[in-house]
Amino acid sequence: MGGERTAVLGVGQTRYSSNRGDVSIAGLVREAAYRALEDARLGWAEIDAVVIGKAPDFFEGVVMPELYLADALGCVGKPMLRVHTAGSVGGSTALVAASLVQSRVHRRVLTLGFEKQSESNATWALSLPQPFSVSINAGAGGYFSPIIRQYMARSGAPDLIGCMVAFKDRRHALANPFAHLHQADLTFEAVVESPMLWDPIRYSETCPSSDGACAMVLGDEAAGDASDSPVAWVHGTAMRSEANNFPGRDEVNPLASRECAADVFGQAGIVDPRAEIDVVEMYVPFSWYEPMWLESLGFAEVDHGWRMVEDGSTGIEGGDLPVNCSGGVLSSNPIGASGMIRFAEAALQVRGMAGDHQVDGVRRAFGHAYGGGAQYFAMWVVGDQKP
Amino acid sequence: MAKGAGQRDVAVISVAVRQEEALTDENEVQLLVDLVNRARDAVGLSQTEIGFTCSGSSDFLAGQAFSFVQTLDAVGAFPPISESHVEMDGAFALYEAWVKLQIGDVDTALVYGYGKPSAGSVRDVLALQLDPYYLAPLWPDAHALAALQARLLLDSGTVTPEALAEVAVRSLHNAVDNPNAVRASADATPEELLAAEPVADPLRASDLAQVADGGCVVVLAAGERARALCERPAWIRGIDHRIDGHALGTRDLTRAPSAAMAAQEVGASSDRLDIAEIHGPTTSQELILQRELGIAGETAVNPSGGALAADTLMASGLIRIAEAAARVGAGTADRALAHATSGPCLQQNLVCVLEGD
Repeated sequence: MGGERTAVLGVGQTRYSSNRGDVSIAGLVREAAYRALEDARLGWAEIDAVVIGKAPDFFEGVVMPELYLADALGCVGKPMLRVHTAGSVGGSTALVAASLVQSRVHRRVLTLGFEKQSESNATWALSLPQPFSVSINAGAGGYFSPIIRQYMARSGAPDLIGCMVAFKDRRHALANPFAHLHQADLTFEAVVESPMLWDPIRYSETCPSSDGACAMVLGDEAAGDASDSPVAWVHGTAMRSEANNFPGRDEVNPLASRECAADVFGQAGIVDPRAEIDVVEMYVPFSWYEPMWLESLGFAEVDHGWRMVEDGSTGIEGGDLPVNCSGGVLSSNPIGASGMIRFAEAALQVRGMAGDHQVDGVRRAFGHAYGGGAQYFAMWVVGDQKP
Repeated sequence: MAKGAGQRDVAVISVAVRQEEALTDENEVQLLVDLVNRARDAVGLSQTEIGFTCSGSSDFLAGQAFSFVQTLDAVGAFPPISESHVEMDGAFALYEAWVKLQIGDVDTALVYGYGKPSAGSVRDVLALQLDPYYLAPLWPDAHALAALQARLLLDSGTVTPEALAEVAVRSLHNAVDNPNAVRASADATPEELLAAEPVADPLRASDLAQVADGGCVVVLAAGERARALCERPAWIRGIDHRIDGHALGTRDLTRAPSAAMAAQEVGASSDRLDIAEIHGPTTSQELILQRELGIAGETAVNPSGGALAADTLMASGLIRIAEAAARVGAGTADRALAHATSGPCLQQNLVCVLEGD
């Protein structure tokens, strides 16, 4: 990773919930942006540029809503970019913002991801009829369930691994005041007994539909040095995409995922991710993706990721590689923000500012997002020391 | 451009453009396969030799969520590529790629933008670009808003209806030499255009952009790599973009301050400009932009005919850069300005200055 050293100076999140009817879209993004500025102890005037990301415009029914949000984000007279890269968009948006600092084009950049799903209907948005193609009307779960079954067949994972992931993440969410789902009374049995939606994905193994926004302020080395509060230094950034559909594509463990991980860990000088990364925030919209990504990213041997779930390695209490201490996508999914939340939570962990879900002594954390048909990837490694 | 620190030399080394009134027998992927191949082949690069790929398009135009996922097939994204997408005109994708090249990890980039606006009514689709609570529910279409802006411009006394017609005539004449132009005429006159009834008073059909389907692909390369791949690279001497406020009532619609700021950031007026490719979706907007960008009389404006000859939403800005770069590359211009706009009444503007060696 070349260019200017880059630091996360501030993080701001809204409470995630199914309907933030108390605020407009502008009010929602401003809430997160203002908190990020407050955390960074900076004013609007000190921001050079804004990079905003969100999932399809159909999700709110507004074409390029960033134009309307320019005023709310203090962007008038400044450069503004709008990123859209499928489910990975929150991560990609943070990486585009980082590139503005790494390239020395700007010194301090505000970046933000949001979704206000309550404004429209995501199922409608994803099901618009297309000429000459028959919609399978299966939703994302229907798309990913055969891939998960393929993983189960390959790895020999026991049937309830997915339920264990879902139960763990929902428990983690109880310590995160921003999380959408706070299911204090949820039991493992209730997860197992929840309705089967797309075999093997049960209702409780899926992400909720959330409103929310997440923002970060990124700065150059001088800005990082000048910060009064701890900053997270960016040690590696990588994006990869691959085509969706061709013979021989490994959909369980896509090459783009493996190459993206190799790139980002290479930049950070990490040889053994499991030993050298202290905490992981990864994109797990369906429970089974935790063991699948653990393998793809090199945290576990191929076909053995599920064992880390089974033996509790990924839990915040007692695990040696806590995964999704925030509760993850399974507990909050404002789609366009979900990737950025992973990146921001990784930064909070190395800054020691993750509150009740803080893991002790985090030196390096990994943030991850994926999208499309498991074909878009965005990743970063952040640390408490300069790279 | 804010920091202005030691910029890396980056150039446009290849372009491919296609615009048609309506691409009824081709989808976006089919359109782009040919354009991507043409742009890469011209400089002998395969996709595995491209360091970064970035595109711009709109789901609302395609009528499909995540529509850009399909167009990856036109690029050939396997083995996997380092890639990103903006829900903006392709000119902003070019900006993102330029930033990536500034970091120095990669030396080449592929940029594309595309749209098929013929599938719907663009002027109405653009109404959904407005403040969703206070403005969009009134459905003021893009022509109506541009007409309000044009009326303010005429009332300000700085522009006459004849001046608008002269812009349209110049576009029609220039477009004759542009194979991608949808609207062109060698013998149009201002009198003839002014005789037509307005579509959105005071704007006539000839004052409004000619909607076209199409796409544009640009290859960028840095430093020595650009020189090795291309006989005469079009060097990006400056590129910057700015945005104005959204609420129309808070803006002086006869001005576009963000365009002036971007032009100043890139030093557009520091030397003579041979040509300026301005993305003006109406004649009145082109005149506003000429003033904000500081275009002087010696500069040939829109030698391609501009958006009045063929306007492809999400690609028009990138096409302006491609048109300017092609002329620099061919040696018919030494210093060129290219401009892209987005949003209601010129809300967001990008300016790029290109030079030959």
